[in-house]
Amino acid sequence: MADKLRLYDAELSSRLIVGTAQYPSPAILSDAIKASHAEIVTVSLRREAGGGRAGQAFWTLIRELGVRVLPNTAGCRTAKEAVTTAQMAREVFGTSWVKLEVIGEDDTLQPDVFGLVEAAGILARDGFQVFPYMTEDLVVAEKLLGAGCEVLMPWGAPIGSGRGLNNRFGLEALRKHFPNVPLIVDAGIGTPSHAAAAMELGYDAVLINTAIAKAGDPVAMARAFALALEAGHLARGADPIEPRDMAEPSTPQIGRAFADLSHA
Amino acid sequence: MKIRIIGAGVAGLTCAYEFARAGATVEIVERASGPGLGCSFHAGGMLAPWCEAESAEPLVVRLGQEALGYWTKTVPAAETHGTLVVTPPRDRPDLVRFARLTSAHEKLDAAGIAKLEPDLAGRFDEALFYSQEAHLDPRAAMAMLAERLRDYPSVAFRFNTEAEAATEPVDWTVDCRGFSARDRLADLRGVKGEMLVLATQEISFQRPVRMLHPRHPVYIVPRGDGRFMIGATMIENEERSRVTARSVLELLGAAYAVHPAFGEAEIVETGSDLRPAFSDNLPRLKLIDHTLYVNGLFRHGFLLSPALARRAAEAVLKGTYFPEVMDADPCERQRA
Repeated sequence: MADKLRLYDAELSSRLIVGTAQYPSPAILSDAIKASHAEIVTVSLRREAGGGRAGQAFWTLIRELGVRVLPNTAGCRTAKEAVTTAQMAREVFGTSWVKLEVIGEDDTLQPDVFGLVEAAGILARDGFQVFPYMTEDLVVAEKLLGAGCEVLMPWGAPIGSGRGLNNRFGLEALRKHFPNVPLIVDAGIGTPSHAAAAMELGYDAVLINTAIAKAGDPVAMARAFALALEAGHLARGADPIEPRDMAEPSTPQIGRAFADLSHA
Repeated sequence: MKIRIIGAGVAGLTCAYEFARAGATVEIVERASGPGLGCSFHAGGMLAPWCEAESAEPLVVRLGQEALGYWTKTVPAAETHGTLVVTPPRDRPDLVRFARLTSAHEKLDAAGIAKLEPDLAGRFDEALFYSQEAHLDPRAAMAMLAERLRDYPSVAFRFNTEAEAATEPVDWTVDCRGFSARDRLADLRGVKGEMLVLATQEISFQRPVRMLHPRHPVYIVPRGDGRFMIGATMIENEERSRVTARSVLELLGAAYAVHPAFGEAEIVETGSDLRPAFSDNLPRLKLIDHTLYVNGLFRHGFLLSPALARRAAEAVLKGTYFPEVMDADPCERQRA
């Protein structure tokens, strides 16, 4: 992929962002990230922080991968909790990036968009570069941009569900509505074809965790996702044909000796 | 041959037993006041190599199978009643995945579940049953093993003793300190685990029950006498002994989902410790000078100790090389 992806101050070659939870072992996590060619990984702070700096061993391992860390506020349920977690993450990881999650519903882990907009505003004013995990709602997107976000992360489907792009129409509308805002599909991707589809819709990047971590062979799956993203992004740039109802023969019919015109 | 074992957890005692049986003079040095009071104290005690295949490497499954004979015959602390794996109907895809990634199981319907565990009748539609798996009470198993060791005049326990205090020369030192050995093994990390013990007379299980859940998987191991061990969280931090409210909430929530009567159970105990693990979560025997480090047993202390102890003793006494646990290259270890 020759063209670069710009997210805040960073210029990236890879369009895959990988989550670091639920892998069978840190060694497999590390191999999977290498195979994915991801340049950004998300890390959950809430749990791993413990009472003090107890999570250092795991974070050191992630740092050694030489990738950018996007700390997330996974598991936070109120704006206040998310803001505190983000501030803690900034201190621990030395980055002002934060993937903002404010969960509103336990069964679907659906974002609480009200808390999200509130927290995004507080964090942006405090100098954070916020990556908000949102539904594909246009109005919420407007409010988040108004609050200071420069990147949006709509869900494909509920976290970990592997259902792919639940609302293709909504995601497409979002893309058309904000042609210049980096859009990342976060959550719900199950297979590389889902990820390729998101790229074909013109999305800028995709975030994957469960679909790689819980695959039987996470390393092979990571590579499969990298290839799918590259294919999808390349296809988008190559201007796909319009679908049509009837067959259109790819070889000219006229001039053929005995063309069967009933099929033309 | 004089052997000093440092650490009287499950790794230390199983090693001590192998050396003692082979005729060595064994000194066991432990800083706590008795055997099995560290990480082993909080173990689940499931001998479930086939279930472990869901998240562990094939090597763990293979080494783990040696534990079944060991804990039922050599040191008969375990009972073989299998493992039951269930899931709430909405998380059925997790059961399908679990079945695909593991072997040696049979599928049960509601009637099959009720037959095995009458108290679970009507609660789950589907389950996987791993009939060859076993379970033990880690504290009873450690006591039994310590008792066996005391029968050997050539074995001496030194409790309340720091490793540094044991300075008399020996031929070999076998370091079984778990996470505390990080002062020598820089690539060792701790993975926090929290557990609970509940007591209720309303439920009785014959065998460990695992409930799959995308966020809060849980296992319940019957300890007899109406006690149940509920475990365990797995958190990538090295905070040794703080049980958080959230973890208790999750473990209890999951136990309650397995059977609501757990809601009225008494919380007898909460516990937390660090599992020692290398970055591939696989066990290692590491020889440095005249010290053999037995470490990285991760969440598989009771499952892997017998296989590691046997290899440790042979490596030291006969110079045998076991690539599956001794090769520096993790790929080679798994291929071996």
